[in-house]
Amino acid sequence: MEIRPILSALLRNRTGAVLIALQIAVTLAVVINAAHIVKQRLDLIGRPTGMDVANIFEVHSFDFAGEFNYRERVRGDLELLRNMPGVRAATVMNQVPLSGGGSSSGYFREPEREGPEVAGNHFTVDEQAVDTLGVSLSAGRNFRLEEIDYMDLDNVDVDSVLVTAAFAERLFPDGDALGSTIYSGGGDPLTIIGIIEHMHGSWVDWEELDQVVLLPVYVEQDFVRYVVRTEPGRRDEVLGIVEQKLSELDRERAVRGVRSMEELAAESYRGDRMMAVLLTAVIFLLIAITALGIVGLASFSVKSRTKQIGTRRAIGASRFDIVRYFLVENWLITTGGVILGSVLAVAFNLWLVRTFELPKLDFIYIPLGILALWILGQLAVLGPARRAASIAPAIATRTV
Amino acid sequence: MFRYYLRLALLSLKRNPILSTLMVAAIGIGIGVCMTALTVYYLMSADPIPAKSSQLFAVQLDSWDPNQPVSEARPEQAPWQLTYRDAMALRESDIATHETAMYYSARIVVSENEAVPPFLAWVRLADADFFSMFGVPFLYGGPWSSEVDETARPVVVLSKRTNEQVFGGANSVGSDLQLDDQIYRVVGVLEEWNPIPKIYDVNNGPFNDTEDIFLPFSLAELASDRRSEGNTSCWKDEDITSYTGFLNSECVWIQYWAELDSPAQVREYQAFLDNYVREQQRLGRFERPLNNRLTSARDWLDVREVVRDDNRVLVSLAFMFLAVCVLNTVGLLLAKFAGKAPQISLRRALGASRGTTFAQYLVEIGLVGIAGGLLGLGLAFLGLAGVRSFEGEYSKLAHLDPVLVGAAILIALLSSLAAGLYPTWRACRIPPAAHLKTQ
Repeated sequence: MEIRPILSALLRNRTGAVLIALQIAVTLAVVINAAHIVKQRLDLIGRPTGMDVANIFEVHSFDFAGEFNYRERVRGDLELLRNMPGVRAATVMNQVPLSGGGSSSGYFREPEREGPEVAGNHFTVDEQAVDTLGVSLSAGRNFRLEEIDYMDLDNVDVDSVLVTAAFAERLFPDGDALGSTIYSGGGDPLTIIGIIEHMHGSWVDWEELDQVVLLPVYVEQDFVRYVVRTEPGRRDEVLGIVEQKLSELDRERAVRGVRSMEELAAESYRGDRMMAVLLTAVIFLLIAITALGIVGLASFSVKSRTKQIGTRRAIGASRFDIVRYFLVENWLITTGGVILGSVLAVAFNLWLVRTFELPKLDFIYIPLGILALWILGQLAVLGPARRAASIAPAIATRTV
Repeated sequence: MFRYYLRLALLSLKRNPILSTLMVAAIGIGIGVCMTALTVYYLMSADPIPAKSSQLFAVQLDSWDPNQPVSEARPEQAPWQLTYRDAMALRESDIATHETAMYYSARIVVSENEAVPPFLAWVRLADADFFSMFGVPFLYGGPWSSEVDETARPVVVLSKRTNEQVFGGANSVGSDLQLDDQIYRVVGVLEEWNPIPKIYDVNNGPFNDTEDIFLPFSLAELASDRRSEGNTSCWKDEDITSYTGFLNSECVWIQYWAELDSPAQVREYQAFLDNYVREQQRLGRFERPLNNRLTSARDWLDVREVVRDDNRVLVSLAFMFLAVCVLNTVGLLLAKFAGKAPQISLRRALGASRGTTFAQYLVEIGLVGIAGGLLGLGLAFLGLAGVRSFEGEYSKLAHLDPVLVGAAILIALLSSLAAGLYPTWRACRIPPAAHLKTQ
């Protein structure tokens, strides 16, 4: 291969090559880090939630007349919801998982806040919650109907709880969570009667998102939040008429706030989605700009070397030799660029990690990025190179 | 002379349409990406009350758990909010020019108009001073009197949109409005008011809309059925079995702001806070080291980290993007000027100095920069429309304003000049004789 003459020609006319190499270096650094962030966000959004997110929605009922009977209200509404065609299960919850609203507290193995503390995102539910959320129990049993008590907000005091496996493992690393007693602060003991395999809680940006505790209680308030799960694919049909059906049951209250869990989750992940979309756009634009830059400079170089190329053709170089010259030249420039770019990419990532606590770069991105830029460079230079190959040898004999 | 250069520049740009287009496109796309990222950042970190942001102070008292700071990540910090009892105690002081305790809640609006079904409205309970402190504009009426802050009365101030919803936009001052099962008297209706960020309460969505309804904070005591809908944090094991128990608990949920007009007043208020806490320490509360903080509204957004890291990352990536665009333009300009060697030589031979040649080409590059800036603004407009399509807070954080438009043109000019400096310098160093000979 004629690498050496190409290299020495490059070194003699450095500026253009250095510019392209620099451009490729910065491009690599940006593209690798952007792709890394995009992948990380998509992974975050796509994490298994443990729930049947696609078929769940919430609806609120609120009484404003002062006097009303909570128990009758909930009993009547739940009966209607559970008997609606297409509905699989319905429950009453204080908040909806993935929605960004919720409560958490510290849980202990010992009374009086002794020993290690583990945070749990707690929800108040009834016996249909497990089926409504679509979570599965890996051990123990679900709440029984008779275990669900009615209590007022300031006096929530239950005996049994369901917890997620992640919560159980944190509080009971030895695996003896089922049947054990836990304490929320100085409160009364709670017995773990069942373990939920996996379930996400309220705040998608919380590190302990999968540490969930379900409490069997109806909290008596004039604001009731129903969570409903439909048969697969029937969510929108049920969701469309639920407000009207509940209102018809009793017009002396307001029924509002029908929102699918999908919608709530999408809102919670809004920032991550925006980041993924914007950075993907940045990646594509940057690649386009860099490709255009390579085409521009290669075209210029073909134009200014017309006579030289003609001479080479005249003394026996084939068209393919000319094309190869430009391909090899571009490969050399790109290689210089990606070497510098890899260093830049790692440095930039270190800065991102240190300043913004972003996750560290997965090093597989570097060879992938290099490969992509090699291919990009070759494709971009192909057009000008073929134009160079079509220069007639006779041009060598002309003066200009 | 400048006009002559301008004409030459236009001619030169026209002579090489492909290269000129590529340059304008490179700068334009760079500016478009940069301005999209910068706009969101700029609006997120904007000072929503520039006239008063150095006089308004967020008040913090460290009433947290003696065994651990409120945040392990930021152990120097005190809780962002106050307990109800401390807020009530601070309200007794008359050191501050104005002050307000406040929190976020909800009520159900029941309109007499059958056509308006009952709806859930977001409510801010605050003291009368809130409106003057944060420069809240009134369309009709005004705040309630400060006596209401002492003795609760059922009065209400409506946001413009709530007034439109319930009263069709008419002057409703003096009208009655039913919230839950109680009748309130409307005393004021606000103008459109939407500070971004919502500086007075960044705990509950710093980019959320302002509340629909404003009620006197003095009603909090009676509002056992409609409690705070905002962030509430508790650390102590207290046997809370009633609303009164909650009000007297160590849970923090009240935002507190004081207007302090001079450094002396700030010092006096700080001393007052410290004395209050020392007094409480003698009563067995506030077991942590003294850590009472007054933070001006100007610094509050930084302290509360309202701008998300993601937006900083976007801005840094966007500027690297612009760097690639500038490098690209350098290459294109080199190519362009290389082709101009004979022309430059001719002009130089005819008496143009290096300086004038340099100036002439900088005008041309400046022109490319301005064109790129305009294209970039167009692209930023599209980019921001894309950002707005994510809705939520982004629909408020993605609008160009005159400052941003100016910034876009300036950045475009600077980056095109940065791109042009080296190629122009090189072009001007061409020895005229060499090129004149070959012709």
